[in-house]
Amino acid sequence: MNKQVELKNKRVIASDHVKLGQKNQKGQTYTDVNDIFYKAKQTPNFLTGSEVIRAAIKIASVGTSVAYPITPQSEAAALIGELYAEGYVDEYFRGESEFAVMGQCAGSAFGGHRVFTTTAGPGTLRAMENFPMWAGSRLPIQVCVTCRGINSPLSIQPDTLEMHYLLETGMLVWHAETAQDLFDFILKGFIVAEQPDVHVPIAVCCDGFFVTHTKDTVELPPDDICLTPYDPYRNPQPVMDMETAPIRMMRDPFVMKSNYISYATHASWQQEIKAAVERSRKHTIPLLNGLIDEENTDREILIVGSGTAVSQSREAIRLLEAEGIKVGLVKIKTIRPFPFEEIRQATKNAKHIFVPEFNVAGWLAREIKANIPDNERVYVGPHVAGGMTMPSEVIVEEIKKHLGMEVAARGTLG
Amino acid sequence: MSHYEVKAGPEAFLPPAAATMGNELPDPGEAHIGGKIVPEDEAYEKAARMILGAKVPTIFPGPLVLWKWNDHAAEKAKAIRELALEAPMRIIPMADYRPKYPKIQQEVEINPNHPNLTIWHNKIDVCIFIGVHCHMANLSLKIIRGGTDCYTIAMCAMAGHEDACLSFRDADLKMVNKLKATIKKLKSEGVESQAVPFTQFVMGRSGTIVAPA
Repeated sequence: MNKQVELKNKRVIASDHVKLGQKNQKGQTYTDVNDIFYKAKQTPNFLTGSEVIRAAIKIASVGTSVAYPITPQSEAAALIGELYAEGYVDEYFRGESEFAVMGQCAGSAFGGHRVFTTTAGPGTLRAMENFPMWAGSRLPIQVCVTCRGINSPLSIQPDTLEMHYLLETGMLVWHAETAQDLFDFILKGFIVAEQPDVHVPIAVCCDGFFVTHTKDTVELPPDDICLTPYDPYRNPQPVMDMETAPIRMMRDPFVMKSNYISYATHASWQQEIKAAVERSRKHTIPLLNGLIDEENTDREILIVGSGTAVSQSREAIRLLEAEGIKVGLVKIKTIRPFPFEEIRQATKNAKHIFVPEFNVAGWLAREIKANIPDNERVYVGPHVAGGMTMPSEVIVEEIKKHLGMEVAARGTLG
Repeated sequence: MSHYEVKAGPEAFLPPAAATMGNELPDPGEAHIGGKIVPEDEAYEKAARMILGAKVPTIFPGPLVLWKWNDHAAEKAKAIRELALEAPMRIIPMADYRPKYPKIQQEVEINPNHPNLTIWHNKIDVCIFIGVHCHMANLSLKIIRGGTDCYTIAMCAMAGHEDACLSFRDADLKMVNKLKATIKKLKSEGVESQAVPFTQFVMGRSGTIVAPA
């Protein structure tokens, strides 16, 4: 790496959009994102995560939103419908299925709109084919994934397994811990995803119910200002009309021909999508104050997590501290791009690294193990899944057990 | 992470995207040479010397400057032509991005899906991408680096290209003219163009009017 990306005074990529200062049809003033986050007065509100999604979309200058009901995102999708009725969103309709919704989102994005949708669990899986299509077509669509269980038997409860499936789609994948994160990530996600050197879709993920259906205090800017609209002329790729120049990729080779050139082009195309995800670091680091947050990472015991597992870990750390056990914390905000270097640095002093997760696979622990030296330091867990909560006491117990410390006896049902 | 140098190939069967090797794009006022971030002025000098030192320096203008989307596109196209005359450089357009089958006309066109064919055929040793959509330019630049020894220069109107051997960013009319002025200055200082004599082809609606030679 020839130049370290650092937090600079300029915290957000400044917008030079022609509409700055003008008013939209609702009387909101198009405002530089710097001013929205760092100059405008922020007021505390007590909202559910779903209401926070509505609040973000109200000032996001979204062109199109397509909805399909699936718990736990249905409420947010319905609230965006209200915004449409009030005139804050240009187009809004219900798709026939999640697969259809994502295709309709693609059409709207090809047409030059800023596009936002929400989905969850089986909906994410049903829509899956579209996500690498969005990325390959360089469509900066944002999907808010309110994670829930995906596997049979049916569960509507929180579970982050679906995020694992998103990791190699070519999308940016961010994981919000709190409702405040969710609000910030939605608005900032549009800014990063729409940069011409990035210009790929983004999945802003949060843990269903824990974030979407619980109330939290969230600082919001006034709603008489809004993001400048998406500028389709900064697209790094012309619209991929399948039949018309200058692209016409589907009618001509690629799919229709089998030869070295087609394969090499496709490989180079895929590399370019991965490169675009990497380029997002430069824009994301100043915007999110880094891809990770660190607390006391000089300690020998660390917890590394994302989403609400971080919140539970904070409380576990407090409980451990009371017993004289000092534990540090790393919160991962972006899963794609993955903060390889940041995690290597943050964990360099750690002897024991715990990765609590709300899924059965332990995909985050795997990612970490694959990217740090001496990865036997990583303890894959504790895990819960299928909607289980992860009490802080469970994290405490697992850490103490692993370290060979005495653990309080557990009550029995028998 | 060690510095990944982006240089003329042929590098590999499938070279990596420089961004995934840790290379970053320049900030406004900067450029990169070989993946190293430099002040923009340093890049003009290097680009001009590479162009003058090449036997077959060639400009690949893309759709953003070949078609008159707006007045800016037209004035930029004119400036590119003046740059080509000053150097001198050939102009081979990348008019659209469709893969060309059954066979590309290598003398008069380049295509992002198989740019190596045009470069091999014309023995192009230095080229400039300008007016090509960023995604398609990056697609081409990696393939060129993989299979040819052509030194690639990107005059990008957006954020630049890590996959070029040298890349400007925010390249507008002024910057095209500045590159032309730098070439002129070097020539006035005695740096001679090494370009082999050629005839720039001219195409009409019905086909070639002046054939390349």
